[in-house]
Amino acid sequence: MTERTRQAASAAQKKEITNRWLLSAPALVLIAVASVGPLLIVLLYSVLAPGSYGDVKWELSGQGWFNVFLSRDIFDDTISLADAHVTILWRSAKLAVITTVLCLIVGFPTAYFIASRAPHNRSIWLFLITIPFWTNMLIRGFAIQEMIRNEGLANTILMKLGIISAPIQMLYTDFAILLGMVYVHLPLMVLPLYASLEKLDFRLVEAGYDLYATRLKVLWRIIIPLVKPGIIAGSILVFIPALSSYVIPRILGGGKNLMVGNLIELQFGQGRNWPLGAALSITLVIIVLFAMLYYVKNAGKTGGGHA
Amino acid sequence: MRKQQELAIEVRGVGRVYGDGAGQVTALSNIFLNIRQNEFFTLLGPSGCGKTTLLRLIAGFDFPTDGEILLYGEDIAPLPPFKRPVNTVFQNYALFPHMTVAQNIGFGLEMLGRPKTEIATRVEEMLALVHMEAMRNRKVMQISGGQQQRVALARALAPKPKVLLLDEPLSALDYKLRKEMQVELKRVQAETGITFIFVTHDQEEALAMSDRIAVMSHGEVRQVGAPWEIYDRPAERFVADFIGETNFLAADVISVDGPRIRVRLSNGSLLDATYPVDLMPEGKVTIVIRPEHAQLATPSSTAMLTGQIEDLTYLGTDTHIRVRLPDTSLFTIRQQNNRVGPIGFSAGDAVSLNISEGAAQILKD
Ligand SMILES: Nc1ncnc2c1ncn2[C@@H]1O[C@H](COP(=O)(O)OP(=O)(O)OP(=O)(O)O)[C@@H](O)[C@H]1O
Ligand SMILES: [Mg+2]
Repeated sequence: MTERTRQAASAAQKKEITNRWLLSAPALVLIAVASVGPLLIVLLYSVLAPGSYGDVKWELSGQGWFNVFLSRDIFDDTISLADAHVTILWRSAKLAVITTVLCLIVGFPTAYFIASRAPHNRSIWLFLITIPFWTNMLIRGFAIQEMIRNEGLANTILMKLGIISAPIQMLYTDFAILLGMVYVHLPLMVLPLYASLEKLDFRLVEAGYDLYATRLKVLWRIIIPLVKPGIIAGSILVFIPALSSYVIPRILGGGKNLMVGNLIELQFGQGRNWPLGAALSITLVIIVLFAMLYYVKNAGKTGGGHA
Repeated sequence: MRKQQELAIEVRGVGRVYGDGAGQVTALSNIFLNIRQNEFFTLLGPSGCGKTTLLRLIAGFDFPTDGEILLYGEDIAPLPPFKRPVNTVFQNYALFPHMTVAQNIGFGLEMLGRPKTEIATRVEEMLALVHMEAMRNRKVMQISGGQQQRVALARALAPKPKVLLLDEPLSALDYKLRKEMQVELKRVQAETGITFIFVTHDQEEALAMSDRIAVMSHGEVRQVGAPWEIYDRPAERFVADFIGETNFLAADVISVDGPRIRVRLSNGSLLDATYPVDLMPEGKVTIVIRPEHAQLATPSSTAMLTGQIEDLTYLGTDTHIRVRLPDTSLFTIRQQNNRVGPIGFSAGDAVSLNISEGAAQILKD
């Protein structure tokens, strides 16, 4: 290559790069305005002092962050761990993980079933999966409430059948929250799983059977490693909204079984402590971030890499 | 002599019908095959004739709607694919993309629960057999098509199956590699002594590799025989036409004399022809003559056939000459270029054709 052509090539390359930046500018602006901006505002609020009727006073204060994990006794000023907050964070993480696992257990066979239908039937099944999305989450929550309350459908049927003599308390328990969360988040698991399973080459499954793998071994050694990207995507899509669930624990958990979403809402509402609410929100973001990093790293280690 | 008479696979009256009602497709009907132990047996036929379907029935991925399949005398219908001592080399290889070459090869043995040390030794043996030792730790996406083909072969051979099914394993390879792999496959088959059922739609490949060939069309077996039988003694028009180049001539039966029949060609010449055992020819028949079984000569009154050269195609080792016969049909001759220089004929020349002794055969239509 001569010097001239080399120069021309590098000029063309530079132009190409500028063009690429220009083309992606709208997306970058949108990300800045819609994602980074609000986050910065929340971060800023978390280091300001609370106003007496909500809002914030424009002075720097560590109160918000201090109160996330610690609490100062009003009478003798001793500092202790904020048990309630830690408990709620822990409960939320636990319920979100269980929800994710249950969604995976229920969603995998569902997605496999759809992916193994004849191509022209698949869209009907997918359509059915997405129907619940059309209804307001509040209404779906109340529907579940109606079914599991003490005089509700489930208890009535169980009592009529003579399986139980007195109603079981299902509403306002962790069971109720989990039921609601699995129901609400299931499509978010099924859709990415389906996308992966649909791309799965079923001849590989046959090859597995041919090489003496039983059905369970084929599932474990061939199907799951190959659809791992779908499993990861589905788990992330379920875990994040499950962790910060607000409506479902509110309706089905009653007042007592709070999740972190309700706790945050409380600070901006009755609690009138916006900096604490903001600090809790950022804490949640950080937890999600670390959970995802850990999960993706460990899930990626054992194979896959095949979308 | 090789112990070859024991039957590895018996296919008895097998049929496979897909769907029902108006959309019914008969993929296979009334197939009978006896495949011997240690045999390199080929299923040959055009696309859609049911070759893959038959292999899938033997492997257990699909089930016959009629008939039964025996493996060493036992009906395999109740066995799921993972219990059949039969392995498959798939048309597109179907290697596991999330595993290395060595893990792919060891997979079958691992599933059979063999000890780790045994698996390791066997994998090394297989890698050596297919000359892939250097690639053992590559992911299968990082090796070429020909190498993938070898891994697929090694993976299927590693558990020492009684029968190996190969579904057009060479069709994705380029010409030169295909030729190499043909030799390689023959070598592996001879070394391992495993019965191979090989599927191809390439007649040249079938002739080069097989002990016996079953020619199929439209879900039926048309003829089973050694390569020379299929080529030189085709039983019917489909087989003659599908395998190699052929000249068809109309003729009338004059007299039958044991295995020979005397026929009269349309120009009045008399010719001796052979015929399939299950045919009793009479009246009008079709005879078939291979292009290499006729020779060009200068015109003479005693010649079997006469005509005019339509065109010549020089192919290096041979020359193809098409001769227009008086009844306007074309007769193809393949003449070996066993002397240096032009063959001494050119288009438009009047020529006569001599037909080799025993070359003509009568066909079932
Ligand atoms: N699952 C199925 N449902 C309906 N018809 C089928 C099915 N599988 C195969 N067929 C039909 O059966 C016939 C035989 O198919 P098969 O795949 O065995 O052909 P083949 O000889 O292997 O062809 P090729 O050389 O193209 O691979 C075809 O007409 C095909 O359309
Ligand atoms: Mg096929």
